[in-house]
Amino acid sequence: MLRRFAPRNDGDTALRSIRIGSGAGYSGDRIEPAIELAEKGEIDYLVFECLGERTVALAQQARMKNPEAGYDPLLEERMRAVLPRCAAKGIKIVTNMGAANPIGAARRTAEIAKALGLSLKIAAVLGDDVLGACKDGDLPIMEFDGSIKQLGNRLLSANAYLGAEPIADALTRGADVVITGRASDPALFLAPMIHAFGWAMDDWNLLGQGTVAGHLLECAGQITGGYFADPPYKDVAGLARLGFPIGEVDEDGSLVITKVDGSGGAVTAQTCKEQLLYEVHDPTKYLQPDVTADFSQVSVEEIAPDRVRIRGGRGTRRPDTLKISVGYVDGYIGEGQISYAGPGALARGRLALEIVRERLKLTGVQSSELRFDLIGVDSLHGAEASARASEPYEVRVRVAGRTESLREAVRIGNEVETLFTNGPAAGGGAFKSARDVVAVASVLLPRDLAKPSVRFVEA
Amino acid sequence: MVKLRELAHSRTGDKGNTSNISVIAYREKDFPRLKTEVTSERVKALFAGVVEGEVKRYELPSIGALNFVMTNALGGGVTRSLAVDAHGKSLSSALLEMEIEEGTD
Repeated sequence: MLRRFAPRNDGDTALRSIRIGSGAGYSGDRIEPAIELAEKGEIDYLVFECLGERTVALAQQARMKNPEAGYDPLLEERMRAVLPRCAAKGIKIVTNMGAANPIGAARRTAEIAKALGLSLKIAAVLGDDVLGACKDGDLPIMEFDGSIKQLGNRLLSANAYLGAEPIADALTRGADVVITGRASDPALFLAPMIHAFGWAMDDWNLLGQGTVAGHLLECAGQITGGYFADPPYKDVAGLARLGFPIGEVDEDGSLVITKVDGSGGAVTAQTCKEQLLYEVHDPTKYLQPDVTADFSQVSVEEIAPDRVRIRGGRGTRRPDTLKISVGYVDGYIGEGQISYAGPGALARGRLALEIVRERLKLTGVQSSELRFDLIGVDSLHGAEASARASEPYEVRVRVAGRTESLREAVRIGNEVETLFTNGPAAGGGAFKSARDVVAVASVLLPRDLAKPSVRFVEA
Repeated sequence: MVKLRELAHSRTGDKGNTSNISVIAYREKDFPRLKTEVTSERVKALFAGVVEGEVKRYELPSIGALNFVMTNALGGGVTRSLAVDAHGKSLSSALLEMEIEEGTD
């Protein structure tokens, strides 16, 4: 059932408009830019997108060990930094920092608000955890041949990318802070638009244009000059105090991307174009829980310094399935590194790799995949690209392998470390590690099988 | 010949084991040249040894951009890859090295 949200009635007949700030582009992001947005951005909403592909699975593991855990580790620091400022100005917060435990995150946020003497309504969005439904359906995995059942007891979590509707619902019911687990990143931004403007949930073109706005804003600094600077072709001033973006959206979907005056970085046609295509495949079909967005007709126009107008986002009917992120245990990775420099560094680096390759065979280390890199030579783009380059002053040898057990993983790093006394001359700075791997794959679930809901919590 | 870097800028994104690289003309008038020169075949050849799957190209004339979508490109995806750059963030820099025919302007 597609519903319509009643538009916020503020008695103004002019085109309604909201300003949405993007306070984080990933879980470990800088905190001051969000404070700057709250203080000087004249924003109505502050959104924190903090949930990577694998984060929910890792958080699920944390929650299995401690039922109170499983939400973003920086939740407390971020909330303490922005809650007083947002409360003072009436700025609503939307975030996916709930990770595997939105209720826990909401309770913690309510406690922080209370301790700060703030009276705020905190809501959690539930229902993204669809592990049960996925197990029942034995759904096929999209990335490789296999199904949920075949993952067996290696399966850790299954979380649906929820849409904007439950978030908009929470805002409409008066939430000052809305905390979700897995939700589509653009939906975190689309929800305030749906709430504020009363957009119909089947107005595909508006939802498509709103998704363009959300997509452009969700990676925060990536549209204000971060992940962009490439001197002298693309110079960006002030990256150390990069300002995070603001989206000015009107009820007809008009969009301008800007940032706080005087902050570092830049919003230009170029930064907006790069971010428009970031992580996009077919631009005519950007699949979202609420809409199939079409980015192919989008145009960008610089209308003033650090102000870029974005037009032309469209949409068609939403998909009948939701994308589910499935976390599973995927063995171990062992790794070792060591450096060589000066004359003949490259030859010694290559010799070191040969020695380790032979040692792993001789000592019978069991691995399903091995990788031999010379960092500074071929580790990023392979041997073919590096063949065109001249000899470097220093190289770093790196060997990494996938194993079934931690013990085998440790042996890979050991075979690099022993190069100190058994390998080529003058190897220094050896390092080794072994870790378990939680990997993520995707399945598609009929959307009716996910049942999102909103719960308000008290401290 | 000129490097693609002289004509276009680029950004890499990752989703699962799929990498996408945008190629965006600095000047609108160079877009037809990019369409002719930067083909999916050339991109696939450039990333031989990195990309195991297909390379598909999408065109966005309204912003003068191409989008290359490369499957099986990230060693199983960022969550399980053995690579130093598991996201493949650096791949755009390799693409900007591509040699392009000198224009007439």
